[in-house]
Amino acid sequence: MINAVGREIPEEVLQATGKEVFQGAYAFDNYEYTKAAPKARTMMDPKRSKMVKDIREALTKCEIKDNMVISFHHHFREGDYVVNMVMEEIHNMGVKGLTICASSLGKANDPIVPYIEDGTIVGIQSSGVRGKIGEAISTGKLQNLAIMRSHGGRVRAIESGEVHIDIAFIGTPTCDEYGNMRANGGKSDCGVLSYAMVDAQYADKVVAITDCLVPFPNIPASISMTQVDYVCVVDEIGNPAKIATGAAKPTTDVRKIMMADYCTQFVIHTPYFKEGFSYQTGVGGASIASTISLGKIMEERGIHMGLGLGGITTPMCNLLAKGLIHKIVDTQDFDMGAIESIKSNPNHIEISASEYADPFNKGAYVNKLDFVILASLEVDVNFNCNVVVGSDGMITGAQGGHPDTAAGAKCTIVIAPLLQGRIPAICTHVTTVTTPGETVDVVITDYGIAINPRRQDLIACMKDVKLPFCTIEELRDKAYAIVGEPDPVQFGERVVGIIESRDGTVLDVVREIKEYEFVE
Amino acid sequence: MEIKKAAMAGTLESSDAQVTIEPGNGMIELSIESSVIHQFGKQIRAIILDTLKRLEVENAKVTVVDKGALDCTLKARVECAVYRSNDITENLPWGGVIR
Repeated sequence: MINAVGREIPEEVLQATGKEVFQGAYAFDNYEYTKAAPKARTMMDPKRSKMVKDIREALTKCEIKDNMVISFHHHFREGDYVVNMVMEEIHNMGVKGLTICASSLGKANDPIVPYIEDGTIVGIQSSGVRGKIGEAISTGKLQNLAIMRSHGGRVRAIESGEVHIDIAFIGTPTCDEYGNMRANGGKSDCGVLSYAMVDAQYADKVVAITDCLVPFPNIPASISMTQVDYVCVVDEIGNPAKIATGAAKPTTDVRKIMMADYCTQFVIHTPYFKEGFSYQTGVGGASIASTISLGKIMEERGIHMGLGLGGITTPMCNLLAKGLIHKIVDTQDFDMGAIESIKSNPNHIEISASEYADPFNKGAYVNKLDFVILASLEVDVNFNCNVVVGSDGMITGAQGGHPDTAAGAKCTIVIAPLLQGRIPAICTHVTTVTTPGETVDVVITDYGIAINPRRQDLIACMKDVKLPFCTIEELRDKAYAIVGEPDPVQFGERVVGIIESRDGTVLDVVREIKEYEFVE
Repeated sequence: MEIKKAAMAGTLESSDAQVTIEPGNGMIELSIESSVIHQFGKQIRAIILDTLKRLEVENAKVTVVDKGALDCTLKARVECAVYRSNDITENLPWGGVIR
């Protein structure tokens, strides 16, 4: 069946998952549903302890068994040790058939690939996967369909009961013996625990794993003791040097700086750029450069940002410190500067992934965005974006908040260099649709800027603005004139993963990769 | 042109290609490895065969390790490898003289 972004979704995938095809970015607005609820166990005896001596004891007490769903968060990013240490212990116990429901998985989790190969892990649900896990899925090693969902989509899947978590393992920089978790004050600080909050609310069993036990009460807690069954202290939950890197140096790449300047010029010529505007940006070089150049204009004109949202980096915190931003609400900290800021600045506030981006709650921050500045591996002539599957067909990225913020923001800007080596970023068909084009308003490249024809209002605003505007087809043609027209990837038949829309419908499927064959 | 000895041109840097050419067994034997094989495999093969044909090379073993080079780069690397295999290093017919 062909969905609203023109993708053919095989009937057997719909039958196997019970899902519908994607019907449009706002098709589920005002939709009524009943929330799922976890099975809970009471804690009445004050003499009983939540402390367990190691991961093994936690697993035993949680009664881990075959075919369970277990969950993790990715706030420790490329420095995470928690996923690997829990999976190793589960593997040692001989438990099979598990599904991992993670907020994301990165290269740090490469060591779990053998557990995919031997059937310990049969399902993966994540915002995305990088490194060897991506290769394992793309080469058909995972038994079940991988499900890729956005940060907001994950919260929806959990609270609607589409996925039920049996045990949540929550790595936390600090914790007390009764399970109050905080993201700061330990040796592996990650700033916030936003993605794990829904796990704590909806999992049957919740295990806090920390390397820094602190005196009771560890408050204000990111995740409260009221949701925690067991507390486990280990030597190290992560590698601090990889959890939070120093602030990325502002880019010196002239191509990125030029695109950032285009972006800033575009932003300030929209009607949304006014006192109290709201803004989110990614962590790419061009996105960060555009935050810096926008900050200068805000300062000159005395315009303040009312709300800075999202994954936070140092340049945003610098604007907050200067008084140019009123509030930063934060779901993820990308560098040391962001972590320091949330520790010290009362206007820098931790929120849950639900508050951030959940399409099925009663109102998320993304809906209040004026601007979001995003990147994309590929954008097609219908403005559909692909941020998950590499142009070579291998799963290698994550949806993150891309589809959530694009759907929420009044003005969604995607910055992409026209060419990455020989690969054109603007193309006729993206390898996989991961963000629907109806939610993408502007594409900025080093060769020109295209406004989505659905946004005649923005086109009208830009009538007298001196920027290199053109159509998206012209951008594609410029790219193809330089590198040639790319052939589509030769995939195998088997579907190995689905790209879930934030509302739970199927946006696209990912097929098994196959060796390239020369065909005439 | 005859391939007199093994010769190489190009690098393994991003957006370049390394072309190795060796005397053949009576035909063109071409092997291509590329970081963009899925999208551009066909075009890479076509441009290399076309360049060899223009240089009248009919008997060679050619190995290309491509890192996303554009057609112009691929052409130049093939030409250079062929000339090097003939020890021609001066007065090269650059600039589109070879048709």
